[in-house]
Amino acid sequence: MTWLFEPGWWANGTVRTALVVGGIVAVTSAVVGIFTVMRGQSFAGHALTDVATAGGAGAFLAGVGPLLGFVGGGVLGAGAMDAIGVQRVKGRDIATGVVLGAAMGLAALFLFLSARTSSATGATQLVLFGSIFTVSPSTLPEVSWLSGAVLVTMALVARPLLLSSLSVELAAARGIRLRAVGLIFMVALAVAVGMSAIVIGAILSTALLIGPPASALRVARRVGSAVALAAGLGVLATWVGVLLAYDSYYWSASHRSLPVSFFVVVVIVAEYALASVLRRRTRRVPTAVVEPEGWT
Amino acid sequence: MFSSFMTNAWLSGTIVALLAGVVGFFVVLRGASFAAHAIPNGAFAGAAGAYLIGVSPLLGLVSFALLSALGIGMTSRRTRNDVATALSLVAMLALGAAFLSVSLIYEPTINALLFGEILGVSSSQLAPVLILGVVSVGVLAWFYRPLMFTSVAPELARARGVNATLVDVAFLVVVALATALTVPVVGALLTFSLMIGPPAAARILVARPGWAVAGSVGLSLVTVWVSIGASYAFNLPIGFFVGALGATLYLGARVVARRRVVRSAT
Repeated sequence: MTWLFEPGWWANGTVRTALVVGGIVAVTSAVVGIFTVMRGQSFAGHALTDVATAGGAGAFLAGVGPLLGFVGGGVLGAGAMDAIGVQRVKGRDIATGVVLGAAMGLAALFLFLSARTSSATGATQLVLFGSIFTVSPSTLPEVSWLSGAVLVTMALVARPLLLSSLSVELAAARGIRLRAVGLIFMVALAVAVGMSAIVIGAILSTALLIGPPASALRVARRVGSAVALAAGLGVLATWVGVLLAYDSYYWSASHRSLPVSFFVVVVIVAEYALASVLRRRTRRVPTAVVEPEGWT
Repeated sequence: MFSSFMTNAWLSGTIVALLAGVVGFFVVLRGASFAAHAIPNGAFAGAAGAYLIGVSPLLGLVSFALLSALGIGMTSRRTRNDVATALSLVAMLALGAAFLSVSLIYEPTINALLFGEILGVSSSQLAPVLILGVVSVGVLAWFYRPLMFTSVAPELARARGVNATLVDVAFLVVVALATALTVPVVGALLTFSLMIGPPAAARILVARPGWAVAGSVGLSLVTVWVSIGASYAFNLPIGFFVGALGATLYLGARVVARRRVVRSAT
């Protein structure tokens, strides 16, 4: 098996941490991502990554914990998007865009200032691109309880959220408070995205949030099975990506390994292509969203 | 601030502002913000690739911006638009990360590509910037009417036999060209801010489409000029000022518009 698992794979602590933390983040992203894709909020989901990055850069500058910066920045951004008008589908695009534009300006300022005040190089790349191999085992408890909080919140609002994602009118008629449900979802999304942005990097955060759920929604017939499938696809992509990145160190003579994010995205794109082929094979009636389960 | 070494900065900044004002107006009108965000990031990957194989960064910027635009345009026919954009975006960024990891680029170069380096525009770069800028505006002017038609009333345009997909892909190509020009000046991350903030503000303030385009260009010019000046005066990255001014203009326009509504109601 050494051709697949290069030397030291099983004994490497960094790899083990990457697999565990990556797996947790992949599952959380998949659950939140299903709703993000169904609600057509991929842009907000991605924008919050960059907003969280601005928060992380600010925390780096101020010298407080980066996790607090990332998650706090994301939650603030979600609040700003909601205040500007993310709840109306028409204004959503602009509201997200304006918040994203402002956040990027702040990120530019913070990164510039921290590059000027500290001699540590690589802050920009670390904040923007991140790497799962730099995760220290001490972040595991923080990641675990944040993920747990997000998953519990999603479980609590799943039904009203699903109904309001499928039919705004029907949800309003059932007495669901659309604004409150939407805001709770945005905050859960911000926490999930902020956490994954610091742990696995901004690229992978969006990739795991949108890719596996989009693939799962192409083939699954029920929301429950779509969530399970998306979680499985996300974990698979993360683990295969980590393995290939680890192996890539031995591929070339110069021993320069390729980034994990590259391999994970390759797997995710392959999964999506496969899901698209499967969908065309089965020739199902094309629907924008999957059928809700168990409603009459 | 107006000394000779700043001449190129003012010239390229002005070209970029004119272009972003026009293109950004349609980005806002068509709700294409996500694509306008994804394409500059794709262009960034292209620049990283160009450094790797040793060709001109502008070539990398243009080719990868076009690749992103076509990727988004082609995929979004089959699936939801925002999902297609997100997948194209992460694919491009992952390529960029791979390029960066195997090539040896100095961190200041990366930062300049991401956050803009107004002084980094040399005289030899000015000519291609001007030519590509004129081409982009020319293409926009050429299909101005179908573009406006499909933006304002998509159903009606389709009923009249306008090929909406073709217009969409052509528009994304123009966004890609404009992006490739803007990235070296204001950076990959802030190209987006310039294309959203000023046009969104202009659209709130001005009702008639023709005048709104003019207003968008005006606000965009003000944003870039003030940002260049402030960046020079305070020695801070220009991207910060572009981002902050864009958001301020938009919020200011919202306040003005609300006052107007209140006044007309009483």
